[in-house]
This record gives sequence, structure tokens and C-alpha cells, in this order.
Amino acid sequence: MDFASSERAGAQPKEITSAKIVIAGGFGVGKTTLVGAVSEIEPLTTEAVMTSAGQGIDDASKVPGKETTTVAMDFGRITMADDLILYLFGTPGQTRFWFMWDELIRGAVGAAVLVDTRRISDAFAPLDYFENRHLPYLVALNCFDGAPRYEPEEVREALAIAPHVPLLMCDARHRDSVKSVLVGVVEHAMATLVAEQGRGYPATVG
Amino acid sequence: MGQPNDPRGNLVRPYAVTRGRTEPRRDIPIEAVLVASQAAVQESRFAGHDKYRIAVLCEPRAQSLAEIAAYSRLPLGVARVLVADMVADGLLSLHSAAPKEGFTERMDLLERVLSGLRKL
Repeated sequence: MDFASSERAGAQPKEITSAKIVIAGGFGVGKTTLVGAVSEIEPLTTEAVMTSAGQGIDDASKVPGKETTTVAMDFGRITMADDLILYLFGTPGQTRFWFMWDELIRGAVGAAVLVDTRRISDAFAPLDYFENRHLPYLVALNCFDGAPRYEPEEVREALAIAPHVPLLMCDARHRDSVKSVLVGVVEHAMATLVAEQGRGYPATVG
Repeated sequence: MGQPNDPRGNLVRPYAVTRGRTEPRRDIPIEAVLVASQAAVQESRFAGHDKYRIAVLCEPRAQSLAEIAAYSRLPLGVARVLVADMVADGLLSLHSAAPKEGFTERMDLLERVLSGLRKL
């Protein structure tokens, strides 16, 4: 019996679920470094081609004369089980490619906005973006060596980060630090989901 | 099709490999994973070079649309058209991206991802 059922299980491939977390932030803030710190593969780059009109991923051959632009996104992979894979997608650095961000956040678990404490103002555009979306996100201050250190609350005030958005320090080069960022994103996503569901979340009540 | 080591080689005329089609037969999320059976790999030999390469890539382990595009050096939109064709033709099986609806389904997934991260 066991033999027969395990044989059948082997022949019937399991449904594999994939989830993604988006790593956002300005150009050169360390998104790919962060992805690389936990990914089981060297971060890969996928490219989308669009016309200069920026109307989306378009077919340049249909509109001769328009220049094409390539938008690159780096991503990594963590295989968590034979039926669960987590992908980490870095947003394109150039904030004018918002349409690509829209595609990236669709269906995402949550996002981390990475902030370089030496160039805090680069974070305004990404933060504005997430303020107007439904995706749960947190802010991670990437503290490079020698980067000016600010108290998290100073940064929160400077960037006008809402009180409900978690803010934490990290070092994008270090696996454990990046792990905490990702754990923070998922925990925040869970808290957001529970809050959305209302106070009557009964599942864990003994 | 450009030099094999030139990542932009395939971008010269991005939709040539799809014969100009830019709309995929179905939408496929960038993180959705695809798997090819051994039989599908054999069958895809007759489906053209790009589709065969994609099948070979997805046989030993599940690959996301993003990975397929990156490893095949194809722009995302082109890879999506090819992959959607292959799903429709039974050459690839499409697995599910994270559930967007349903409190319990979403919470279960978050809990699994959380415990996966903690074990890293």
C-alpha cells in the first residue's frame, strides 16, 4: 500500500508554489548585493525591452524610428522546499521605469526599500511609489562602512516614513543581516494581512 | 541571433524569434515556475531551437519565467510569448505563483516562507 502510494506520488509531480519579495531603492544602493547575500544562485539579470515612449514592454519593430531602451532587473532564488521557491527581485534603479515596478510588485509578498544613508534623498521616489500601493513594505537602512550613521528615528523623520512602516538597519553584504530584513518583510506582511482581516483572527486562539 | 557571449545579442530584433508576436497567449507572472517532462524535452526538439533550449533548461529543475529569460538571453517579453506557447502546447507545465486571494491561503504561504527564511 505504502509502496503503491509513494510510487504514484513520485509519478505525479507536486504543484510548486513560487513567491517573491521585491527589493527596491535608488541606483547603486546595494540591491543586487543584498540579493546576492542570500541567493543560492549568482544574481541573474533579466531584461525588458521597451520603446523610448515608455509605454510598457513594447515591440520596437512595429514602430520604426523609436529608440529602444533596455530595463534590467537583477534577481536571486532561494529554494525552500521541493514545492516552494522564493525569488528576490531588485527593481530597476532608474525610477522612470515605474511600469516595470508595477509588474514586479504584482503578486509579491512584500517589499524592502533599501536606503543608502549617504544619499538619503534618493529614497524619496521609491518611498513615494510604495506609499501609493497596497503592498506591505519596510525600509532598510543599508549601513556601508564609513557611511554617516543616523538614528533610525532621524531617518524616519527626514523621509517622512509613516509610523506603521517598519524601519531597520542592515548591511546588504551580510547574509544574516539580509535574512533579518527578509524576515522583517514577511512578518510585516503577516501583520498587515491580519490587520486587514480585522481583529477577529481566530486561527491561533487556543 | 548575436554572439553567444553578448547578452544583448538577442535584443537586436527582440521579437524575431516569436515571428513578430508580442502578446503572449496567457499572462505568466515573472516568478511563476515551469517544468518540462523528459517526454516534453524530446517533443520540443521539433518546436524550434529556442523552445528546445527552454525545455532542456526546465527539465532537471523548475525555473521561473525570469530565469528562463535570463539563461536564454531573451528579453522578458519574448520569453513570455514562447513560454505561453509551450504551456498551451503541453511542452511546459506552469506552476502557481503565490495566492493573491484568501486569508488562509495567503497566511499559510507567508508562514512557510518565514520558516524557510529562518532556516537559511
